Amino acid sequence: MNAGMDELYREVILDHHRSPRGREPLPGPADARAEGKNPSCGDELTLELACAGGAITDAHVECRGCAIATASSSILAELVAGRTPEQARALAEAFRTAMHSPDGALADELDPGDLEVLTGVRKFPARVKCALLPWITLLSALDAEGEGKPAAPASTEA
Amino acid sequence: MIPRGDFLRAPAGVEPCDGQAGDCSRCGRIFSERFPLLERRVNGRPLVYLDSAATTQKPGAVIAAEARYYREHNANVHRGMHTLGVEATDLYEECRSRVGRFLGVPADRVVVTRGATSALNLVAGGLGPSLKPGDEIIVTEMEHHANLVPWIEVARREGLVLRHLPVTAGGELDLERLPQLLTARTRVVALTHVSNVLGTINPVAEVAAAARRRGALVVVDAAQSVGHLPFTFDELGADYLVFSAHKAYGPMGLGFLVGGAEALERLQPVEFGGEMIETVTMDSATWAAIPQRFEAGTPNVGAAAAFPAALDTIDEATLQRLRQHEISLTAYALERLERMGGLTIFGPREAERRGGLVSFHDPMVHPHDMAQLLDSLGIAVRAGHHCAQPLHRRLGVVATSRASFGMYNSHDDIDALVDGIGYARSVFGA
Ligand SMILES: Cc1ncc(COP(=O)(O)O)c(C=O)c1O
Repeated sequence: MNAGMDELYREVILDHHRSPRGREPLPGPADARAEGKNPSCGDELTLELACAGGAITDAHVECRGCAIATASSSILAELVAGRTPEQARALAEAFRTAMHSPDGALADELDPGDLEVLTGVRKFPARVKCALLPWITLLSALDAEGEGKPAAPASTEA
Repeated sequence: MIPRGDFLRAPAGVEPCDGQAGDCSRCGRIFSERFPLLERRVNGRPLVYLDSAATTQKPGAVIAAEARYYREHNANVHRGMHTLGVEATDLYEECRSRVGRFLGVPADRVVVTRGATSALNLVAGGLGPSLKPGDEIIVTEMEHHANLVPWIEVARREGLVLRHLPVTAGGELDLERLPQLLTARTRVVALTHVSNVLGTINPVAEVAAAARRRGALVVVDAAQSVGHLPFTFDELGADYLVFSAHKAYGPMGLGFLVGGAEALERLQPVEFGGEMIETVTMDSATWAAIPQRFEAGTPNVGAAAAFPAALDTIDEATLQRLRQHEISLTAYALERLERMGGLTIFGPREAERRGGLVSFHDPMVHPHDMAQLLDSLGIAVRAGHHCAQPLHRRLGVVATSRASFGMYNSHDDIDALVDGIGYARSVFGA
């Protein structure tokens, strides 16, 4: 690849894009659900979570977006399963902060997995929203779940 | 009424280009050496600029004219008694006349605005107060948000009914639906001359004739056609026409509303303040004559001083030749993209029915990734919904990639695009 493209389209990201996790519908009804969109480009995403025993057991993401948004959705599905809502929220917020900071570091305690690689996207400012879209949708789903009401649609412009 | 497509025919003596790469001397780049920005390199490669539908690049003469205005003449218009004020006013008014000559209307029917969008807001907002609840407005499904959202807003404010003229699977207006949509309550028909996504050239004269028989006013968004297709205002048969200078090789921050004399009289001003008044007391004001009535505040005089140089460049090349060139490039792009296989290409198949742009979708590579990877090769295309979300919904995609052409492009640029798409596919293992 050329001109920094290998920094954006890292092998890990391409792999998530080729075979995204979390595509299968949830086995039962969703316990939390939110829609997200990026108004500047029209990309859309639907996120559903299944919870049991105080933890997220499964995530289903349907992303109609670019490779970065798709990979980010896949990483999200992989990472949130098994976390409590609070842990998932902490990870989403840390990622959002990292994407707007110069060094983009994510603390090891967060167990960030492939999300660490995705922070490299912050060097391409036009694509930061693509990487964030699934995570702000997650925050919206978690807010709604906490308050027991339907989630407000999440937007990268909000 | 002019027959559909009549103004697209090649003028006598111009051989239509056969669209073959390499052997087409007539369709070499036109005046590309006059566009300084095209010498730039992007990401280490020579720039291949294929985003002229978003904004064209500017000839050096336009850049120089704007700089000269600020160096030599800068003053406010219609105010100063001093020499600079008179010069600035002359330059500003000369631009108005030049645009009038370009489109075949007198200068007093040319309103200077910030761009096509503000001109459309003026038409929609200016007609609003004269419309009654239940009156109907027809817009097409292929409009840019600039020719849709102002009508949505006016309809909401005034209780109007918005009707939609659909687009066929082939990417053209479904004219068979027009007679049912046009009713005794239709007041306005608003349509684009050339779609910024499909490239379709709409039969404006035909639609306008049908609308007028019903007594409706016709608004044409000519943002993609002025400076690219040869036509005059009268040939379109419309009441209002808008465009932006920056898509016609001119500067940003400048646009125009051109209208019929009666049509302009019907508009209420939508912006109020200095320059647009006749007499003001503490409690009342009377409006200045048209067109000043619609030009509140200090306009973009520097851009107005520069735009005639763009129109001069167009006239020097001749619109006929520019049109022939865009047809040739479009035909070649359609042919090459088609031959790649696996791409969905939107809009009419015949280049003669299109403006100089081609939108496409590759199921393997999202438009953002396409644009990003092409950019890494120095190739500039636009990706996204192109400010036409309802149309994209109709096309069944959230986004498309669009390559669009200007006088400075050549077949080589399309070859670079095709190679670039191949490269983008290889990144995603397609
Ligand atoms: C068809 C069409 N109409 C209107 C506009 C709006 O032009 P501007 O942004 O210059 O006001 C555009 C530009 O994108 C366009 O392509």
